[in-house]
Amino acid sequence: MPDTIPTALPAALPALAPGHVRHGSSIGQPLTRRDGALKVTGAARFAADNHPPGMLHAVMAVASIAHGRVQSLDIAAARAHPGVVEVMTSSNAPKLARHPDQTGQPFTYKLDLLQDDRVRYANQPIAVVIAETLEAATEGALLLRPTYAAEPSSTSLDQAERFVPDTVGVGSPPNETSGDVAAGLADADSRIEATYDTAPQYHNAMEPHAVVARWDGDRLFLDTPSQGLSMAQARIAGLFGIDAADIHIESPFLGGGFGSKGAVWAPQVLGIMAARLVGRPVKLVTRREQMFGPVGHRAPTRQTLRLGADRDGHLTAVDHHTLTASSTFDDFFEPSGRVSHTLYETPNLRTTHEAVRLDTGTPFFMRAPGEASGSAALESAVDELAEACGMDPLAFRIANYAEQEPKSGKPFTSKKLRDCYARGAERFGWASRPLQPRTLRDEAGLLVGWGMGTASFPALMMQATARATLHADGTGLIELGAHDMGQGAWTAFAQIGADGLGLDAAAVELRIGNSALPNAGMAGGSAHTATAGSAIHDAATAAIRALADLATGDERSALFGAGNQGVVARDGRLHRKDDEQRSERYADILARAGRASLSADGKAAPNAANQAQYAAHAHGAVFAEVKIHPTLGQIRVTRLVGAFAAGAIINPRLVTSQYYGGMIWGVSFALHEHALHDPRTGRVMNANFAEYRVPVNADIPDMEAILVEEDDPYVNALGVKGVGEIGITGTVGAIANAVWHATGIRVRRLPITLERLL
Amino acid sequence: MNRFDYVRAASVAEAVAAWVPGASFLAGGTNLLDLMKGDIVRPSRLIDITRIPGLDSIEPLADGGLRIGALVRNSDLARDRHVSGTYPALAEALLSGASGQLRNAATTAGNAMQRTRCAYFYDPASACNKRDPGAGCDARGGDTRLHAVLGWSAHCIATNPSDFCVPLAALDAVVEIAGRSGTREVALEAFHTLPGDHPETETVLEEGEMILAVRLPPEAAGFAAHSRYLKVRERTSYAFAVVSAAASLRLAQGRIAEARLALGGVAAKPWRAREAERLLIGRLPDAAAWTECAAAALSGAHPSGDNDFKIDLARRLVATAFARAAAGTPDRLPALPASPFAVPVVSSGVHAFA
Ligand SMILES: Cc1cc2nc3c(=O)[nH]c(=O)nc-3n(C[C@H](O)[C@H](O)[C@H](O)COP(=O)(O)OP(=O)(O)OC[C@H]3O[C@@H](n4cnc5c(N)ncnc54)[C@H](O)[C@@H]3O)c2cc1C
Ligand code: SF4
Repeated sequence: MPDTIPTALPAALPALAPGHVRHGSSIGQPLTRRDGALKVTGAARFAADNHPPGMLHAVMAVASIAHGRVQSLDIAAARAHPGVVEVMTSSNAPKLARHPDQTGQPFTYKLDLLQDDRVRYANQPIAVVIAETLEAATEGALLLRPTYAAEPSSTSLDQAERFVPDTVGVGSPPNETSGDVAAGLADADSRIEATYDTAPQYHNAMEPHAVVARWDGDRLFLDTPSQGLSMAQARIAGLFGIDAADIHIESPFLGGGFGSKGAVWAPQVLGIMAARLVGRPVKLVTRREQMFGPVGHRAPTRQTLRLGADRDGHLTAVDHHTLTASSTFDDFFEPSGRVSHTLYETPNLRTTHEAVRLDTGTPFFMRAPGEASGSAALESAVDELAEACGMDPLAFRIANYAEQEPKSGKPFTSKKLRDCYARGAERFGWASRPLQPRTLRDEAGLLVGWGMGTASFPALMMQATARATLHADGTGLIELGAHDMGQGAWTAFAQIGADGLGLDAAAVELRIGNSALPNAGMAGGSAHTATAGSAIHDAATAAIRALADLATGDERSALFGAGNQGVVARDGRLHRKDDEQRSERYADILARAGRASLSADGKAAPNAANQAQYAAHAHGAVFAEVKIHPTLGQIRVTRLVGAFAAGAIINPRLVTSQYYGGMIWGVSFALHEHALHDPRTGRVMNANFAEYRVPVNADIPDMEAILVEEDDPYVNALGVKGVGEIGITGTVGAIANAVWHATGIRVRRLPITLERLL
Repeated sequence: MNRFDYVRAASVAEAVAAWVPGASFLAGGTNLLDLMKGDIVRPSRLIDITRIPGLDSIEPLADGGLRIGALVRNSDLARDRHVSGTYPALAEALLSGASGQLRNAATTAGNAMQRTRCAYFYDPASACNKRDPGAGCDARGGDTRLHAVLGWSAHCIATNPSDFCVPLAALDAVVEIAGRSGTREVALEAFHTLPGDHPETETVLEEGEMILAVRLPPEAAGFAAHSRYLKVRERTSYAFAVVSAAASLRLAQGRIAEARLALGGVAAKPWRAREAERLLIGRLPDAAAWTECAAAALSGAHPSGDNDFKIDLARRLVATAFARAAAGTPDRLPALPASPFAVPVVSSGVHAFA
């Protein structure tokens, strides 16, 4: 069957078809996805859809203990199974050039690659069976029937000793203070102290981590989903002692990433090692239950917030303590306190982090890492304090509106949060909300609750490069190793490229998703459109400038003498600014210069001067309605309205979809997702989609995302902030607050389960 | 998955004859194949019964009963007009189970034979008396939120996850069984067994026997006007019951002439509460009656771990289910079958102040 999938699918998609195209300015148009038809017809070729000739299938055997050693594996039984070609274990795994625990590069984490018999977490790979068929490899892996020397393990925050990590998130200090929190709390007229628990969650993109690996001498060809192609190259190059340039990765489409495809993980490297061991192409696809361990997760948190407010409801102190966890062997600490640095005005602010080490895989960036869990706690606590002050939760938030970033005192590059509050509240009908809980019922007698939360996420810039080309036939080409995780890069980047080149989007070809293209950095931190988009814009601008140079310096051109600043690019022509009647087609300019094409490189990077002066964040306000059965406790979110301001909007259709996805994730965080580790064994007992619950369609209510206009002159040339993660923030708190408003019961343990409402 | 023989049976006789120790009948495969992929069961032979003619019909019987063939798909059964009109709780239960895709594949007999969802049963690395008699039960002392509160033993605290079987038990359904030595019948209520010392035994089916049909007696039609299935779950759809109840009433002159009650998600079998039913006879259909009935239904309940909330929840559920049944079967199946939210609700901010 797989071989019937059309093979020539593309690192370059066909140009936009009519109907997807808007002539003239492309940015801002709600174009449908260019890859939509490919995806709904099954023609989009994801990594695991590839089947090079001679390919074998590899299946991982994973540990069922969380700590200890592998004592034995029945390798003979696995080998004897018909179809099994090889069993890779610590005794025959190809030697690596660098021990996988030797990290060092940013965003690289320790990997379990069969270097010894040690087990550091449940579901850690302990062997790989390679066979002619997937079925034979799967059965071979079962036949290994490992035995272990198990040691005690701990997988809960209560089970291990606390310490203060050196840094949290990406190099942030664990403890930060401004003002005097104790004094601020002492001065307060109202104060609350509350502890909130958030559950461990595991990234579970529809497409699991998969790799199809093929070696040609020391050159390596990979199909594997990646949110960071060049980082993946560097990591693999280091492990195998080969040149990064000899690693060719194709990653045209990701079936979701959510952060977990920002790094190369053990399953992918094991597939590569297996291919080396057997000297044939190998495919390895992580099984769903194997996603719960070796490919990152969001660690649990326990956050204690102490807040105080004066008589008028102004915050006098915010004290936000986070207890979280990393693995026993590596460092990633969920920076939940960070959200308190930016949201509410307060003279006294302290954020502190502690951690424990657990016998789990290493946690990792998971959609809104830090912000999601931190905002869940902060927004609940703010609601509790509003209640203590007898104030409406929205009025309370507005009373504590931060005109400057509270932690740094910097002004914001832009902040249209007031508009978000106003438009979201109006649309939701917030004004008629009674202050008292358990006062609303619907006509069927269900308890109704309304809650809200503020959303925020940093507007980051990373580094990226891109290349823009103008062809003599009047078409354009944009190339960069960017990543489409489903967010719509194939469409949005074509829109940016088209406007930059002054062409209709239909005339611009986009090539992304391939490591041979210019390094576009990573798709993470909600910064890919901002960063890679800026690099595209820069490259396109440079190409137009070079084209203008050709024309304005040539006496035969209608543009001669116009000077660089004196032309505008539009509809495939350069026009003199001072006299728009005088113009020339790109094709004619290139033809006269004897050029088949003209290319220019562009790049994007953080603007250090702006960053020193300003704080940059996207903001939003989320309003939630829940209904709860008064005696049975079952909960349902019935309405969600989010209003978000995130700078310039490249494609409102795609952005709305990102907000929806984030808000749905918020529903999941608030009510569903919870990886259950058995405290005795450390195994995740619900590592499947029947029992690791995420919302289904029937859980998702009427949803609305309002795109609040915001001009941002500082963040980058396009004025774009990120939209991929912010939707979760605010939503979790809004739902928890709505549950309180419906029932009068504060549930401080997420996800909220029905028995707490009985 | 292990290697196995595959036999496609053309008749019941062929299917039964093809059985050898270690064989399994294959119907929709939605449960069996998952178990095989998870290395929970390793059948030596699959006997595919899906091509056997005549097992996929829904037949109203001359006596007023109904015969449901073993291969009738759950979706077809639930959407059958006669079924949803006459046995509304049955249709609601079916439609509250699994997902549309699964129901399209799942069969009558497969549903009745589905295995527990106990996470320790599904985890080959855990000790489980059901999988490996005498090995122990790792569910005890583990995550027991969804385990049994009725009829469990020290050897097994698992629940039966079927929704469909709950109203079947309430309605006195009968299971028709074929084996090498002929056919026999067993009341559905007696079909599933409690774990006792032998949790590996889950039904009264003898080795090599297969289900031919499930039959509803004529009296089952008498509850059409007042029958509901209500299921509390952790998301609005596509989740097994935390607890569920099938509640049916026959009212006469404003009083309860007859009542039926079975609970799901509380025991290793659909739990028929006959004592509790009897308490209702002759009473007014009011809150006091439901409360008393609910207390009786759960009188023998004990938590099997960290799940005592289920006892209280089940009581509340029984009372709510009877209140709904008394209010009358809705004219049409609710959009969210069996849901606590299966009430006509306008979601656009309409509300009243209590
Ligand atoms: C994700 C998920 C969610 C689910 N949610 C629910 C839910 O909410 N509620 C619910 O009730 N169910 C739920 N189910 C279970 C579903 O209802 C069952 O899987 C289904 O009914 C099994 O029917 P089948 O025909 O596919 O059986 P199969 O998988 O083919 O067989 C199941 C068992 O029955 C045996 N068998 C089949 N036919 C016969 C026969 N004629 N005689 C004797 N033995 C036979 C088989 O040997 C096997 O042991 C869910 C399943 C999944 C996978
Ligand atoms: S409860 Fe029953 S099914 Fe679950 S582990 Fe124990 S014996 Fe096995």
